[in-house]
Amino acid sequence: MTRETRQLPNRSLLKLVAGAAPILLVLILLPSLIGTYQVQLLIYGLIAAIAALGFNLLLGYTGLLSFGHSAYFGIGAYSVAFAVAHLGPHSMEFYLLLGIPIVAVTSALFGYICVRHTRIFFGILTLAISQVVYSLALSFYWVTGGSDGLRVPRPALLLGLLSFSGSHGFQFFIKSYYYYVLGIFVIGVVLMWVIVHSPFGKALQAIRDNEVRARFIGLRIRRFRWISFLVSGTFTGVAGILWVPLNGLTTPDVLYWTFSGEIVFTALLGGFRNFTGPIVGGIVFTYLKTYAVASTEYWQLLLGVVLVTLVLVLPTGIVGAISRARQRLARRSAVT
Amino acid sequence: MILLRTVDLRKQFGQTRACNGLDFIINKGEFLSLVGSNGAGKTTLVNLISAHLQPDSGQILLEDRDITFTTVAERIKAGIARSFQIVNLFDGLSVFDNVALAVFSRDGKTVKMTRLADHDRDVRLETLEVLGQFGLAGKAATPAGGLAQGERKLLDVAVAYALHPRLLLLDEPTSGVSTHEKAQIMDTVSSVVRGGMVTAVVIEHDMDVVFRYSDRIVMMHEGSFLADGTPEEIRANQEVANILLGAPLTA
Repeated sequence: MTRETRQLPNRSLLKLVAGAAPILLVLILLPSLIGTYQVQLLIYGLIAAIAALGFNLLLGYTGLLSFGHSAYFGIGAYSVAFAVAHLGPHSMEFYLLLGIPIVAVTSALFGYICVRHTRIFFGILTLAISQVVYSLALSFYWVTGGSDGLRVPRPALLLGLLSFSGSHGFQFFIKSYYYYVLGIFVIGVVLMWVIVHSPFGKALQAIRDNEVRARFIGLRIRRFRWISFLVSGTFTGVAGILWVPLNGLTTPDVLYWTFSGEIVFTALLGGFRNFTGPIVGGIVFTYLKTYAVASTEYWQLLLGVVLVTLVLVLPTGIVGAISRARQRLARRSAVT
Repeated sequence: MILLRTVDLRKQFGQTRACNGLDFIINKGEFLSLVGSNGAGKTTLVNLISAHLQPDSGQILLEDRDITFTTVAERIKAGIARSFQIVNLFDGLSVFDNVALAVFSRDGKTVKMTRLADHDRDVRLETLEVLGQFGLAGKAATPAGGLAQGERKLLDVAVAYALHPRLLLLDEPTSGVSTHEKAQIMDTVSSVVRGGMVTAVVIEHDMDVVFRYSDRIVMMHEGSFLADGTPEEIRANQEVANILLGAPLTA
């Protein structure tokens, strides 16, 4: 029995590393094979994946559907824009150091209000709060630039080691920034993986599955939901921080509720019942939206059709469907 | 030695007096069965003791400490755990994790975010031990939602037992299973509970089971106690027999 128990976790860790290593290798090699535009798209994809990963801690693991995650993404983006306008060093590390506490504190504050309710009431509260933030960004135009937004030039990376002016600045920035975002993405994925496999993460899933029983093993439900909200919002906020230098501009659009809808869509697309679902969803959604926008002016209609099809045909998302197909194949080969 | 005592405990739902001034005593180490027809107030009494419900009036004393107004979490800390009549499990989690979570929670380890749950050796060993005691070790990796009804009932008790309670309240641990399985479940539960020196209060309808496993039987009817005694005393009580057989109470 002891041997078995000692092997159990190590094997699952090994499996994870074995599964993730080839994907990581591909992600590292990819920029030398594809053009700058494709690399740029991939960065957007990784950023969307970080946002969805955070969002899914609430939906997939805690059982709370937030319709206001645009707020944390947007607050991350705006905190960088404010720092550019008013504060010292034009360095990405500085923006992260400044932005992460800001999104963490706002997530904690808004989360404290929202977790007092669950289900649709929770969703409506998150939506309402994000819309308040949106209208504040619109109306305080002397601070936020109103609907014009705020510009964010390319920051220096790695404590000023890499800066990007001159004629080839853009290409160089995209390539460097890709690896920068990839690094943070990897840290984020590992961190989230540990969180959902920690006692804390298991407690969240217990609360998701059965609130009454969770209470009767002594868990303080609301506090767990609150901390989950805080972590979730902070992840999505980090995505916003990373997004704004790439986009070069932040407008109230990223605070608007339709953007929250896109985050929900992303998680559904990949599959919110899987750890990797939101990651796949984030990357696929980025490409899907980009090509939909490029190919037709009715791109929203196209996305709508995809969403309806998804809910009807693939309720467990891309990753859910793949893993089910794999299980079926394994069973068939076991039978024959 | 008295472990828990209620004083004039009352709970009313509309016009129904589910607990009508109950003075209930649970002795240390006993295996006590609560019996009575549906609506007698048995589950309400268990709900009050486990803080699932708040009483309208009266007191609950755990070894002379007043716990009437403590929360569920505080009562678990004080040593009162319960299982549920309609199985309450974490269906998306494995059988192992269902029990492990109770152990983590009891040890105050659920706040840990940066350590893998499976890497906690103490919790893992204890969880496997509890699963072994309840005959569920072979199902450790199965999702709780995929268990058969009898196994689900056992796991529900195991989750409560893993909290290391001094008082274990079991609300119909054998409801919804076949007669054959009933005996198996009760054999397992009573041997684990007695082996662990845990005081148990069990709500049960099957009188064969009740007579066979209990040290003491308390009979309820319409929110009051009707009889209280050893299985032999209860068996001899004509009034109880009438109610159990469904005959009307005669004055």
